Amino acid sequence: MSKGTATVSATADAPVFYLKDEHDHAEGGSTMFGFWIYLMSDCLIFAVLFATYGVLGGNYAAGPAPKDLFDLPLVAINTSMLLFSSITYGFAMLAMAKGKVGATQGWLALTGLFGAAFICIELYEFAHMIHEGATPQRSAFLSSFFTLVGTHGLHVTIGLIWLVTLMVQVARYGLIQANMRRLMCLSMFWHFLDVIWIGVFTFVYLMGMLR
Amino acid sequence: MNRFFAIALLPLLALLSGCNAVVMSPSGDVAVQQRDLIIISTVLMLIIIIPVMVLTVFFAWKYRQANTDAPYDPEWDHSTQLELIIWAAPLLIIICLGAVTWMATHLLDPYRPLGRIAPGKAVSETVKPLQVEVVALDWKWLFIYPEYGVASVNEMAAPVDRPIAFRLTSSAVMNSFYIPALAGQIYTMPGMQTKLSAVINNPGAYQGFSANYSGAGFSGMRFTFHGLADDGFEKWIADVKLKGTTLDRVTYLQLEQPSENVPVQHYANTDPELFSAILNRCVERGKMCMSEMDEIDAKGGLGMAGIYNIRSLEYDKYTRRGGAIFGPDPAFVVGICTTQEALQTSMNTVPLPPLNTSPFVGAGLPRPSPAQLFGLHRLPSNS
Amino acid sequence: MFDNPELIKLVFGRLTLESFPLHEPILVATFIVVALGGIALVGALTYFRLWGYLWREWFTTVDHKRIGIMYMVLGIVMLLRGFADAIMIRLQQAMAFNGSEGYLNAHHFDQVFTAHGVIMIFFVAMPLVTGLMNFVVPLQIGARDVSFPFLNNFSFWMTAAGAVLVMMSLFVGEFAKTGWLAYPPLSGIGYSPDAGMDYYIWALQIAGIGTLLSGVNLLATIVKMRAPGMTMMKLPIFTWTALCTNVLIVAAFPVLTAVLALLTLDRYVGTNFFTNDFGGNPMMYVNLIWIWGHPEVYILILPAFGIFSEVTSTFASKRLFGYTSMVYATIVITILAYLVWLHHFFTMGSGASVNSFFGITTMIISIPTGAKIFNWLFTMYRGRIRFELPMMWTIAFMLTFIIGGMTGVLLAVPPADFVLHNSLFLVAHFHNVIIGGVLFGLFAGIYYWFPKAFGFRLDPFWGKMSFWFWVVGFYFAFMPLYILGLMGVTRRLRTFEDPSLQIWFVIAGFGAFLVALGILSFLIQIFVSIRNREALRDLTGDPWDGRTLEWSTASPPPAYNFAFTPVIHDLDSWYDMKKRGYKRPESGFRAIHMPSNTGTGVILAVISIIFGFAMIWYIWWLAAIAAVALLAVSIGHTFNYKRDFHISADDVVLTENARTDLLAAGVKS
Repeated sequence: MSKGTATVSATADAPVFYLKDEHDHAEGGSTMFGFWIYLMSDCLIFAVLFATYGVLGGNYAAGPAPKDLFDLPLVAINTSMLLFSSITYGFAMLAMAKGKVGATQGWLALTGLFGAAFICIELYEFAHMIHEGATPQRSAFLSSFFTLVGTHGLHVTIGLIWLVTLMVQVARYGLIQANMRRLMCLSMFWHFLDVIWIGVFTFVYLMGMLR
Repeated sequence: MNRFFAIALLPLLALLSGCNAVVMSPSGDVAVQQRDLIIISTVLMLIIIIPVMVLTVFFAWKYRQANTDAPYDPEWDHSTQLELIIWAAPLLIIICLGAVTWMATHLLDPYRPLGRIAPGKAVSETVKPLQVEVVALDWKWLFIYPEYGVASVNEMAAPVDRPIAFRLTSSAVMNSFYIPALAGQIYTMPGMQTKLSAVINNPGAYQGFSANYSGAGFSGMRFTFHGLADDGFEKWIADVKLKGTTLDRVTYLQLEQPSENVPVQHYANTDPELFSAILNRCVERGKMCMSEMDEIDAKGGLGMAGIYNIRSLEYDKYTRRGGAIFGPDPAFVVGICTTQEALQTSMNTVPLPPLNTSPFVGAGLPRPSPAQLFGLHRLPSNS
Repeated sequence: MFDNPELIKLVFGRLTLESFPLHEPILVATFIVVALGGIALVGALTYFRLWGYLWREWFTTVDHKRIGIMYMVLGIVMLLRGFADAIMIRLQQAMAFNGSEGYLNAHHFDQVFTAHGVIMIFFVAMPLVTGLMNFVVPLQIGARDVSFPFLNNFSFWMTAAGAVLVMMSLFVGEFAKTGWLAYPPLSGIGYSPDAGMDYYIWALQIAGIGTLLSGVNLLATIVKMRAPGMTMMKLPIFTWTALCTNVLIVAAFPVLTAVLALLTLDRYVGTNFFTNDFGGNPMMYVNLIWIWGHPEVYILILPAFGIFSEVTSTFASKRLFGYTSMVYATIVITILAYLVWLHHFFTMGSGASVNSFFGITTMIISIPTGAKIFNWLFTMYRGRIRFELPMMWTIAFMLTFIIGGMTGVLLAVPPADFVLHNSLFLVAHFHNVIIGGVLFGLFAGIYYWFPKAFGFRLDPFWGKMSFWFWVVGFYFAFMPLYILGLMGVTRRLRTFEDPSLQIWFVIAGFGAFLVALGILSFLIQIFVSIRNREALRDLTGDPWDGRTLEWSTASPPPAYNFAFTPVIHDLDSWYDMKKRGYKRPESGFRAIHMPSNTGTGVILAVISIIFGFAMIWYIWWLAAIAAVALLAVSIGHTFNYKRDFHISADDVVLTENARTDLLAAGVKS
């Protein structure tokens, strides 16, 4: 809409009431803004899950506590996977800005690999805990733990599916405007998940071990 | 538009005529103060409501299109003085009302022990409040009098002008304990305790009920609250002692099974630990009490060893319980034997009532048979 | 193969023949009526060959105006269902005295009041509010569509999918018996093991996605798509309230999604969020659901406030008094909406300081609300008020809502709430503000914008009939409930003991009957108006002498809304244009870039219904297929890059010339 404002120089005697000479608006002019709003609403879902964990996190139902269950070195490796994936996504965006399709695809693939590694390690952690009997049903603490961490994992999984879809689309249609916009959105999503994970790592794992 | 007025004033007229609006003419000092608060707040608000309603009708009539004599000023859309008044007038009312609210909320906090039994009559220091423990069951009320060792279902009595200290909980779902003539309501919630202080000033029989929907039998959760003179109350207690039966854990477990429109029942002897056991959800044999669980959790749980310290529910009340389709069977955490528990082993010698496997009728709840897809493999506990 | 129970269970989940209420004569009769009506409708559509038209022009449309109209139709259809429930409640409560059980047993009565609440809030009020915002906001800000036209279509169909699931529960299985907010443990698997509660969860989840996305969409639209010159403080007041409402939607609905997801986990997986044992905490549900639930109330009422502002200013032929304080009042209400949730459960025993904090924040909301009332009052002052239907509803609102506001502040005083909580006084209060505020506002809005949407006015005679039946019926239906509340009668009771209460319930039932006549008059009015549409035709596009941009277009507006993007100089932009000699452009038209229709929204919604149904009935294979299909269709949709087209300059010229002729005809007649 900013294009039009230049013509608004209405004087009292000859007001301009409409734009005679108007161009098409670029498609998706508000996509970034809209996606931001969506991310904020997603952030509120996590806020509720964090709050739930904050309330129920100490209710072990005479079962195991975080210090009995968490394997901090493993989680640290996991965290580094996600952090690395954010860096590589950043490089993908730089390559995209330069218009290098091959480099973009390469960095995206690397990001996907790091993301997949994160999911695998998380699944291993969950499977290990469930195998030991620390199931989501055992206590309110475990319910809220599995739900919070699992919801984050689900988001990363969806991010991976999205990433693969975009790689196919970039391969097929190149770095056209629409694809670049989509890559930007996924970039925001991916970094957002990173930020959430920092919260999970600090609030759930580190503080859990101190509890 | 006058028609609106007449209709709008209907509730006030009804109050004035004072039909049987118990909230407006209660018999307990707490409820009387709450009634006064309703009247004070309403009057405070009417200071602003009535002029607004009058102005609405007046402006609508005066500035109607047909009245071309009225001034017309289509560009007038701002007046700093007027806007100041517009914001300040409700603000002042709310400041008054807020002050009243702050004081009244603290003064009439249901948890606060009563300071007076009637206007100008302070609670005598020699009088101890009557302790009543209330349990909301599916779908009836259990009242336990710990000082007298008696209990009753769907009937309660209290001496006039003696403060009553209620402690309340629920066995299954949320309810709200409400005797409009006595005092405001308070929720009863499973595993949690709420408190209510009240006093009844006039003798009589008053209606009490649950004010929070709790399932199929909710409408029938009524009881009578008797305000009695001191000797009448002693007689009521004596009557209960004479005619009542025993309420121990086993009878309680039968009582807590869902039932509707339950007649009055009296119990002469009541297990003194019963209320605490209900509150801590450990009436059933072997179940860990919530207080105990909280203490263990505060110390960091029982570690990996505690994982399998659970056992399937077997007691009848839970046959109405569906299981989560992907979850384990309904289960409970097994209590760890303490000295106190060991002393109570007498309970274990009493056989549990036979398992009633017939589906529960009335609540419309068929007996579920969950498919165990990811059922937990659970080791039997020996503790 | 049908004698193998395991196989049947694998195929049909827990859906059995007993799930169909064949033994309930009332339901069977209802089903037959609905089925016959449905067959008649389908037959008529087929006979008149309307399917293609409906699919091309309506179901797949991305035009915000048509989507808005579809929301309104959905809301009005669901109003009939929700009102049928209301009549059933009134009838039962008027009958069940002196030992009579009434005509509904607990199994049915508990479903009826739950369905009434859920439907009225989620599938009547929400679609009507969203529909009006969808229709009006882009027109008011001089935009050609919303920011994300496909998302808009998808949002509508997800809302409709939720409504379909709720309606299904009438004939397949049952609905929840928990009250409209479904507090656990009652709504947990232990006490509500049947499919009704799962209908509730999945219907709300699916509809909730639609609401959330529609909120994101309108928010982006208002922030990004305003016409040049329209600064935030020149935004029409209805758009301001729509902006705040959508902020509330985006910030509140995720909480509902999350809390319902946790309840779902409790019910399906056996987690312990809201259970009694294993450390769960049901109080947390009550807190979380009201953190969504209270803003929800303002989501509904704020657009109504916006409508009243537009209507008062238009029909008083005068600028809105105190626009700036109106805007700030709206913003203050938006923020405070998040600081009052605990007033819904003062009786939980939170302690005096917490209770008074939330009581006082609640009262503070009445200050900006009061300021708004005064602003409407002084908009009428020195105006020339035309008592057309929208203005009549506005006056009725001002007199009615203020009573509801007063009882609301009364309920915000915690000790007063202790005696009135959950009573019929409370029921009367929130019906007083939701009917007297939201619904009256929606009617004002419908009568106000109907000529814009369809090009003809609604018949005033039947409109006045409907108005008087509604308003008088409302007072008859709810004033007795205030009295009953003061008599200590609680809500959701199925039977009563005290015979002296009966007369009040009979009066309330009579009120409900009057409201039924009001709804009937409304339907007759629409029918009569369509028949007499030529006589009621609006040729000017500006039947009320309006003040905002939507009245500068034709009625109904062309697909592209504005042939040239308008430029705004004044808050009342159209009034300003008329005053300063605006000449409608009649030449120089260019091709206009518009989004294309798509059927993806309908397809995704249908798959969502199947997914929800499969989850409700534990038909896992179907749920898995539906989930995969949802993902596949969504991904497939992103491979469609051609989502727009141009309306050619010639077509624009044709449309605009037709309008020129109409305007000329209007001048002549």
